[in-house]
Amino acid sequence: MSVTAFLKDSTLCIGCKACEVACKEWNQLPSDGFDWKGFSYDNTGQLGHSTWRHVKFVEGGVIPGQGGNSPENFSWGFSSDVCKHCENAGCLEACPTGAIVRTEFGGVYIQPDVCNGCAYCVVTCPFGVVERNRADGRAFKCTFCYDRQKEGLQPACATACPTESIKFGEIGELRQSANQRLAKLQDDGFTDVHLYDPQESSVGGIHAFFIVRGDPKTYNLPPQPEVPTTYLRKGWISAGIAAGLMLAGTLFAFGKGSLR
Amino acid sequence: MNPPIAADSRAAREQRLLEIRREAEEQGKASLRIESKQIESKQTESGQKVTAGASGQTGYYGMPVLKRPQWIVEVPLYFFVGGLSGAASLIAAVGRMSSADAQLIRHARWMAAIGGIISPALLIADLGVPSRFLNMLRVFKIQSPMSVGSWTLVAFSNSAAATAVLGEFEKRRPNSAVSVLTDASQIVSALTGLVLSTYTGVLIGATAIPARNEHVSTLPIHFAAALETAMGASIELKSSPGTKALRSSVSGWAMRAAGLLSGPLPLALRLLSLRKSNTRERGLRRAAAISSVAGSLLTRWAWVHAGKVSADDNSVPLRLRSSIE
Repeated sequence: MSVTAFLKDSTLCIGCKACEVACKEWNQLPSDGFDWKGFSYDNTGQLGHSTWRHVKFVEGGVIPGQGGNSPENFSWGFSSDVCKHCENAGCLEACPTGAIVRTEFGGVYIQPDVCNGCAYCVVTCPFGVVERNRADGRAFKCTFCYDRQKEGLQPACATACPTESIKFGEIGELRQSANQRLAKLQDDGFTDVHLYDPQESSVGGIHAFFIVRGDPKTYNLPPQPEVPTTYLRKGWISAGIAAGLMLAGTLFAFGKGSLR
Repeated sequence: MNPPIAADSRAAREQRLLEIRREAEEQGKASLRIESKQIESKQTESGQKVTAGASGQTGYYGMPVLKRPQWIVEVPLYFFVGGLSGAASLIAAVGRMSSADAQLIRHARWMAAIGGIISPALLIADLGVPSRFLNMLRVFKIQSPMSVGSWTLVAFSNSAAATAVLGEFEKRRPNSAVSVLTDASQIVSALTGLVLSTYTGVLIGATAIPARNEHVSTLPIHFAAALETAMGASIELKSSPGTKALRSSVSGWAMRAAGLLSGPLPLALRLLSLRKSNTRERGLRRAAAISSVAGSLLTRWAWVHAGKVSADDNSVPLRLRSSIE
């Protein structure tokens, strides 16, 4: 089995939300409820237990040829967000039950029959992807369509994407084609395109890269995501000191005989 | 049914599309940079400041990057009860070593044992699927403070209960095999108790929430009862971006109140008790003790709450300059 990844090429995205719908349909996800977010055409807001694909709508200044039916007013940028399936995944490391595993395709998968809903993965994800479903009790996120991949199929979102803006394939090849696409776009005058693939951070690379125009922060992609296990050393040293102080304090108290 | 599109109008549309594309290409090479729309801020109903607009300066419409902690009030309560019973077990062990008052040791042992029963109950109450608590014991993961904590808690609860029960038998038969067993389980419960009192700082510190991970090297010490006030004050003096959540709104006030309750107030009451007559002394010392305990509980609750405020703020993970005030 080859290790796979997503490449989201936002320059090809038309904001149709077919990926969101395909994901919901295939995975039989519950409704998010009717919340009006009040920004652009995005009423989904963010990824969550019932949203594993989320199309972001970024309204910018006037650019000829971009902006749908009213290009004189503004331009539109779209990007479909998804679980990043980190190489060093905070959720996977933190999961105390071993419910979160890495699949043979390199994805990060929550086994729903093992998860006991402790919600520790929720606070250890540097991208804010995992969420506990209050009604159900367990935590949920994108499965990387583990079931489909096992059958040799593409994930539902990539299959449904009408513009091939969501590409799916072997991670090495995909990274290569992402760089080629980036060079092509820059050649064509899109000087503000970026490839979001934080390999330098402690997350150590992701299985979902994004080509976006402008600053990736515009799409809430953190510049330096950190896997929380990097804080463990400091934390346990401090815990050791704290325990030592408690022990010393107790010994001191009894040594003086002051607690009698 | 839609009327069929006339061939000529279709050709005209295609022509227009080509024109638009050409226009875009020509103008695009000169300037294709997206200029962000004017950024406005508005206040939501909950008083949270949401920035209208998406840009490199504001992030995506001010939406949080991280998820809010979903723990309920049982969790800080568990931190508190677990921490207290861990400390009680330590007191019992050291008391035994220095052959302190037998009644004191007995009380400390039972406190530890009862805390060791309440703690897992609180922890289980927060689980989304409580019946699957035992899944915590499927694996041991040193890199997961939750896993380390679960195993520690199980070891502590069992050894603390065993110590308390064995201690009762030991009273009838001193210096027998029961004594050896009591001491053995006492040592286990004291050692695991030490971990139990301090690991919770690592548990909430080693997360993606900035307000917590920026203070991971002081949190466990902060949680260890004795140094609470000093650490709380030193954290307030530091001014890193994640600290904002600790100062703002409810968690900030809770943190300050907790600092006051666990430090200066008991100290003042104790000092006062030295000067008053014997009848008032006892009452004042009792008030000081209650204040310390309340402060310790409030501290834990405030740290859990601060995580929620911090998770909502996208400015730290996105390295933005502006942030919530």
